[in-house]
Amino acid sequence: AAPVQVQLVVPIAVVFAPGSLPGDLPRPLPFRDVQEMEISVNVRTSVTSRYEMLYRSTTGQEEAALAAVTAREADAALHPLQDTTLGSLTMYVVPETSSLLPQGTNVYVGKHRSALVRAGGSLAALQARLREVTQVMSFTASSIAAALSDRVPDGQLSPDARRYLKSSLGYEITFSLLNPDPKSHTVDWDIEGAVNRYVKPVLDKLSLVANFSVDSQILYYAVLGVTPRYDKESSSFLLSAHSLPHVINPVEARLGSSAASLYPVLNFLLYVPERSHSPLYIQDKDGAPVSTNAFHSPRWGGIMVYNVEAPPSPQASLPLHVDVDMARVMEVFLAQLRLLFGLSREEVPPEFLLESPGNEGLADWELDHLLWAHTVENIATVSTTLTSLAQLLDKIGNIVIKDDVASEVYRAVASVQSAVTELSLGHLHAAFQASKEAVTSSERAFFDPSLLHLLYFPDDQKFAIYIPLFLPMAVPILLSLAKIVRETRQRKKEPTKMD
Amino acid sequence: FQDQAEQFLRSGHTNNWAVLVCTSRFWFNYRHVANTLSVYRSVKRLGIPDSHIVLMLADDMACNPRNPKPATVFSHKNMELNVYGDDVEVDYRSYEVTVENFLRVLTGRIPPSTPRSKRLLSDDRSNILIYMTGHGGNGFLKFQDSEEITNVELADAFEQMWQKRRYNELLFIIDTCQGASMYERFYSPNIMALASSQVGEDSLSHQPDLGIGVHLMDRYTFYVLEFLEEIHPASQTNMNDLFQVCPKSLCVSTPGHRTDLFQRDPQNVLITDFFGSVRKVEITTETVSLDRDVAGFESKFPEEELATEPLKYAEQLPVAQIIHQKPKQKDWHPPGGFILGLWALIIMVFFKTYGIKHMKHVF
Repeated sequence: AAPVQVQLVVPIAVVFAPGSLPGDLPRPLPFRDVQEMEISVNVRTSVTSRYEMLYRSTTGQEEAALAAVTAREADAALHPLQDTTLGSLTMYVVPETSSLLPQGTNVYVGKHRSALVRAGGSLAALQARLREVTQVMSFTASSIAAALSDRVPDGQLSPDARRYLKSSLGYEITFSLLNPDPKSHTVDWDIEGAVNRYVKPVLDKLSLVANFSVDSQILYYAVLGVTPRYDKESSSFLLSAHSLPHVINPVEARLGSSAASLYPVLNFLLYVPERSHSPLYIQDKDGAPVSTNAFHSPRWGGIMVYNVEAPPSPQASLPLHVDVDMARVMEVFLAQLRLLFGLSREEVPPEFLLESPGNEGLADWELDHLLWAHTVENIATVSTTLTSLAQLLDKIGNIVIKDDVASEVYRAVASVQSAVTELSLGHLHAAFQASKEAVTSSERAFFDPSLLHLLYFPDDQKFAIYIPLFLPMAVPILLSLAKIVRETRQRKKEPTKMD
Repeated sequence: FQDQAEQFLRSGHTNNWAVLVCTSRFWFNYRHVANTLSVYRSVKRLGIPDSHIVLMLADDMACNPRNPKPATVFSHKNMELNVYGDDVEVDYRSYEVTVENFLRVLTGRIPPSTPRSKRLLSDDRSNILIYMTGHGGNGFLKFQDSEEITNVELADAFEQMWQKRRYNELLFIIDTCQGASMYERFYSPNIMALASSQVGEDSLSHQPDLGIGVHLMDRYTFYVLEFLEEIHPASQTNMNDLFQVCPKSLCVSTPGHRTDLFQRDPQNVLITDFFGSVRKVEITTETVSLDRDVAGFESKFPEEELATEPLKYAEQLPVAQIIHQKPKQKDWHPPGGFILGLWALIIMVFFKTYGIKHMKHVF
């Protein structure tokens, strides 16, 4: 694979509130410090992360903001005073005894790009804690390695590291309602309203990462491929965890991926079970029912089972009218969307308190998380693509590169160089945009229809065509040549002989 | 259960694709179409949807005037099973099945106006099954009686796919005469190949149907299909069993296989890794907490109405531009080496033989 050497620079501001200064500061505030860490993926790919830390004390306004009662209010008040460029982090160190953070919590991560950290005594302890915070809020070695997953030698990556969506210019989201039993249930879902109220804010925030398009459909008589079994104790039907993989296939044929878009499709299915199989619950592998009643498949989408409440009287007239509670459904679907992108909040150390991003769906630092991973992935992809294109040209010497392919290659090279430069300067947004342009150009160059090697004849095929034509023709010529040579030689000899 | 989970995780793919190619046309090659359609049916039955199958057929069997049972293609004697059925989705039919299109599908170098159903949109987590059948020879496969694809070209196409990580693992099955020659030249990783016969051997057909008048299937594919009938989406049968299918006593030819490029042990590779589409799932345990009382949303980035012109297939060839184009000034190049040398040789011989004085007849 092509060599990739990238330096990721994260500008961090560490702001000390009064009373939180550790005793063993090397220099008086403000001062700068740099910490570097190497993430080596394989022999030719290395990513260096460089944390440029600026230690300073609070300004008057920040002090006033930190005097709030709860961490959330403090965070909200501090937000306008922060550096909001993508990729940067601000950490406010509060005194050990501060009541801003609840008991047992040492770090509060806000929904923007800041965190409140409890002072830990010495500078070393504080720095260890700050490092943990940085790992959560920007990137870790494993998230970068996952982004570069096709370069990591097999066996070194955990098997679930390659399950997140690959970086793409756009994604298409399809919401489908599956009603296998229209005779019993008439299901109404206000999908348009739900998309406007709940999904659009999230997609708006993600619009920095890619273009999203949303569509929806309703499928009737679409059944799951698995028959759930009846559980007498809970008088409900259960789908066990190991039958879940077989649920998706029979449905997928009917989903119909969009004919117009070439972007990856994410399917979110809402299944309303038949009256004869209600209520239906999903079991995890320990046999416990899943609270969300939903499961998802990496790089594909998610399915949620929506149980209809039993009618008040068994003689209620069929079909029952069902009004789907879209908020509850969207809570699950949006969580699945986050998980598909790799934004999980489950691997956070226990003394961290993460602020919920509310209707925006993801915090600013989670967006940064995605951008770091996607930028690195894009740069690696462009490098591989251009190198393999160069190798193709080496192999087939007489391939013709059209002007527009050449200009795309130049543009890709310029963009990827600019992306690497911007990363080393700490400008994540500019780096991401440059990397997106680089990917677009390099893909367009590589997949240009004119580069089909079938169209260019290697020399040995040319010989194979022309030899049978010219060889018989050449036989009399060569024989005549031989005759001429013999005659000339004889004539040269004769004058001496005639003497 | 833990072992099953381990094995499952080891496969590493998240989606499955199939590229099924029948490279023959004409009525007497009925068995090749029946082969391909039978594999198509099996693959669909085991879960791969039409959107993930690229089917290339000459498709001139069902409605052939010589077909005594129109609109059907049978794979078993006595017309037991009609593999043509109601929902066959042929992506490349008739004259579209060419070497160029096949290589374009594999490498992805397709004109932008090609519809989605004709594309192989695989990614680095896709397992692809490629099945080819037809007439072949030592190192080549004949396409529609007019062109050939060589094993070198096929190996290069797979390498291009690997460079762009268009597959996770690839299973290549070929049922032609001297089929093993087609996989000799592969050099990209993660490819497993099976062939119906070795170099120098012919693959034979299975059984003629006296009612239809042609041979219905080839032996190798017939026994592979019998094997696949036992497979269901949850089965744990592995590739070693597939290698044993159709021994020489049944097949007359010796089936071959190649696994040196494949990283996993064939013992651990499930048949459904390639023929079926069993997805990895995870239970969703997190939820987002949404504020329900939120009014309509004003987007920060208002959508720009991009006036994109719909791409029309006909416009790939800009006729208007070509008609009104002035002939391009081609720079004159002196004739290149071979031609120049040849003509110099001819002229020299001519004049040496007949003498210089004849030059006056030329000028």
